[in-house]
This record gives sequence, structure tokens and C-alpha cells, in this order.
Amino acid sequence: MLSAILLLCVLSVISLFLGVRTVTLTGLLTGEGDQMMVFLVSRVPRLIAVLAAGTGMSVAGLIMQQLARNKFVTPSTAGTLQSAGLGILVALLVFASATVLQKMLVAFAFALAGAFIFMLILDSIKYKDVILVPLVGIMFGGVISSITIFIAYRYDMIQSLNAWMVGDFSGVLRGRYEMLYVAVPAIAAAYFYADRFTLAGMGETFAVNLGLKYKQIVNIGLGLVALITAAVVLTVGSIPFLGLIVPNVVSLFLGDNMRRALPYTALLGGIFVLGGDIVGRLIIYPYEIPISMIVGVVGSGLFIFLLLRGERYVTS
Amino acid sequence: MIEVRNVTKRYGEKAVVDNVSLTVRKGEITSLIGPNGAGKSTLLSMMSRLLKRDDGEITVDGQEVLAVKSDELAKKLAILRQENHISVRLTVRDLVSFGRFPYSRGRLTREDWKHVDRAIAYMELEPYTQRFLDQLSGGQRQRAYVAMTLCQDTDYILLDEPLNNLDMKHSVQIMGVLRRLVEELDKTIVLVLHDINFASCYSDRIIALKDGKLVRAGLTDEIIRTDTLAEIYDLTIPIEEIRGNRIGIYFR
Repeated sequence: MLSAILLLCVLSVISLFLGVRTVTLTGLLTGEGDQMMVFLVSRVPRLIAVLAAGTGMSVAGLIMQQLARNKFVTPSTAGTLQSAGLGILVALLVFASATVLQKMLVAFAFALAGAFIFMLILDSIKYKDVILVPLVGIMFGGVISSITIFIAYRYDMIQSLNAWMVGDFSGVLRGRYEMLYVAVPAIAAAYFYADRFTLAGMGETFAVNLGLKYKQIVNIGLGLVALITAAVVLTVGSIPFLGLIVPNVVSLFLGDNMRRALPYTALLGGIFVLGGDIVGRLIIYPYEIPISMIVGVVGSGLFIFLLLRGERYVTS
Repeated sequence: MIEVRNVTKRYGEKAVVDNVSLTVRKGEITSLIGPNGAGKSTLLSMMSRLLKRDDGEITVDGQEVLAVKSDELAKKLAILRQENHISVRLTVRDLVSFGRFPYSRGRLTREDWKHVDRAIAYMELEPYTQRFLDQLSGGQRQRAYVAMTLCQDTDYILLDEPLNNLDMKHSVQIMGVLRRLVEELDKTIVLVLHDINFASCYSDRIIALKDGKLVRAGLTDEIIRTDTLAEIYDLTIPIEEIRGNRIGIYFR
């Protein structure tokens, strides 16, 4: 735990001082040139955005896996993320110049609806196969995104749609990322409800036997997932596989008792995205590779690895 | 006391539990027996508010189970169903500790941990406390579930085929623990059992169901009889008295 925190700190410092414009500690202290401005307007917001998105999406994935009782279910493999994207598009079409808050609210409403629809679909599947459940989710997400693309095409918005759906931290500046702060109370709430989510993950029978208001806890969990997802999609875009890999790696080592797994999941999520972001900024320096691509490449590899080796671990 | 009055459960046209009335007395082991599809598990699920019924009333200590707040009932009545598939990776100790949830709401006191350790000891699970459930054999996992149910420390304990997956030694051990809970702590236990000889050796009373209807209810000695069992199972089972136990020889 300590070494992980240390690693996160080191990566954070690297992230703060990495970029086309040279920013140094002495430069900041002596107030040299516009270093302080670059630092506060771009570097600090970027770091915060990376950490909030990384921890947020990982925790959202963890909650979703518990509630759906499936290791492969995450906001991106269950249509929640795609629904949030559709929400943003609808907000842009309905309100001519939508404010951030309007977009956020509509995206949240859509993400929530998407999460509920997925759970309803899940309820009606008789044979809940480990692989079938995420496949259904991916199909559901595919349907939602094709609706989104169709609408965007009709209104000539394909390009701006791509601009937000691809996860990318390069556009994060002061004034454009603050919605991500909602991830902080959402993660705190997830920790508060950790035992209840674990219980819900044991299934309705166990949960009800122990006096848990099962439906209510599922609703709260889906609400948190939708909130985090909407905020991340709105400010950063979609980061694929994140909510899948991080919780699964933690689960392999620590199990699924959320009270124990959640802090590590949050921490590892932050490290993973921050590391990926730094790599993305270095590979073709001074240009950038979007985070969604870095995480996508690493993530799809790990996903296949989990699928192959994880049969026993996943179906247990 | 658990009272079941005129309870019916239908799936479509078919009544899987059909107008059943029975009483479970305090401080006794009551076994539900009967052929496959008799409605035993369905009845147990309804008694523990896990399943809605179509008709009738079920009260625990005079209170309708569906009217009592669920978290209050969880301190009074525990149920372990037959098919338990937990996909969550938990250690045995974590799983058992969740049995304290109705009291602790996740923040376990030292008193709670004592209950956890006692339940683990009852089921002889000490060597496995840090193992994940998916690293256990079927029998060990079953004992972990039973330990969790005992850890809930309720007056009423409902177990649906608790001997599933268990070898002889552990079957006898669980039944012995249940007997002790009744004698020493005045617990009330309702079991669904398939093996009539376990029912015969350990229960105070037996209730027999068949095709959703109650066919017989009475003291163990009144039920474990060749003529009564023939009525329940459509099978002639000679009964021998061996060392004070009535044993049915049904193997051939």
C-alpha cells in the first residue's frame, strides 16, 4: 500500500513537470516567465483530471462487477458509457449552447437509464453464462452507439462526437474539467457502502437473508456508476477497459471484499492511467497519443489474458 | 414458534405448495421430508420471506414475516438455501463475518468477531480461514455457508439440505452441532433433509410433504414407520431399531 502511494506521488511529480513548456521548481518559486500560469492552468488540472478519471472509472467498474455478479461487466462493456455519450449528444441538440451542467445532467440521466436497462436485460437472461453476460452488454452498448452515430450523422456532428468520445487529457484546462470533482464524493460514497455492495454481490438470497435492502443498494450503486461515468465521458472521453482490468487485477490478489479491495482499486486505477498518460506524452514527444489508445492497447491484451487464464478464477 | 396457515404458491396453474398449514415449535429440530418436487424448498423460502406467496399467512413469534422489517427479521431468522453460488471472491473468514451484518452493519465489534471464530470452530474451518471460497472443495464451501448462517446467531435457523456435498464425517458433525444448538442455546431449527435416517436420528418432529400438500406431521417415531413412509414415498421401507435409532433400510 505504502509503495503504491509512493509510486503515485513520483508519477504525479513527473506529470506536473512534463510538457512542451519547460516548468521547473526554481522557475515556479522565482515566478519566472509564465511558468506559474502554465502550471496552474494546465499541469495541475491535468493531473487532477487523470487521477479522478483513473480512480473513478476503476471504482465504477468494481461496483458494476459486484452488482452484475460478473467479472467482465464495466460501464464500457455494459452500455453505460455509450448511454452517457448519447446523453451528451442529446444535450447539445436540445439546448443550443448547452452549459457544462446541463450536459452533465442529461449525460447522467442517460447513463443511469442505460445501466438500469442493462440490469433489466440481465434479469431476463435465464442462462447467466460468464462470457454471455458481457457479450450482451457489449451488444447493448453497440446498439446505443449506433443510435448515437446515426443522430450525429444526421446533424453533421460526427466530428465533435469523436472528439469527446476518444479519451484524451490534452484538452484538460482550468475551467473545463471541474465536473470530474464529483468522482471524489462518489468514491467516498462507494467506500461507505462497500460492505453492502459486497453483500449485494453475494446475490439477492444472501443479501435479503442478512436484512439488506437489496433493490435499494443496487439502485444506489448504479447511481454512483452513472455519475462517475457521465462526468468522465463529459470531461475526458471514454477510457476503454480501465474499469475491467484494474478491479480484476486487485481481485486476483486481494479478493472481492470491497472494504479491502476498494482503496487498492482506486490507487491502482490512478497509477495505471497516470502512467499511461505519461507514456502517451513521451512516445511521440512533443505530440501526444490519446490515453484511450494507450489503455486500449494494454487493456485489450490484459483482457484476453484474463479470459484465457481466468476461466477458473472467473467462474468460481 | 413459526406458524404457517393455508399457504399456497402457484407457478402458472400449478400449485407447488398447496394450502399447507403447519407449526414449528420452539426449541426443536423439525425436518421437512418428502420426494423431489414436494414443495419443501419453496415452503422454506416462503417461511424466510425470500419468496412471495400467493395465499395464506406465515408468522414468526406471532409476527407476519412479510410485515416485519427485513433487517429486524435477519436477527431472528436465518436461512441457507440449497443452491448457493457466490461469484464474489471472499475468504472464509470474510464470508462468515458477513453473518454479523444484521448487528454490525459492517463494523464488527470484538463481540462480533467472537461469534465469527466460534462459528468457524463449530464447522472445523480453522485451517481454511484465509482461503478464498473458490479454493475450497464443495464440502468445505458448504460448511463455510453453514458457519455464516450460524454466525448470524438467530433464534430460528432454516437450512435447505445442509448436508449437500458433505462426507459422512462432516454430515454427522453438522447434525451434532445443530442438536447442541437446540439443547444448549434453545435454538429452533428447520431442515430440509433427503436422508430419512438423518431425519430420524436428529429431529424432534418430522413434517412430510408430497406434491405440494402436507401429508403427515408428527413426532419422529410416528413418521419413521413403514406404513407412513410408504404413503410419503411410494416405497416399502423396512424400519429396524438399531441402538435406539429407527433406521430405514431403503437401499435395496
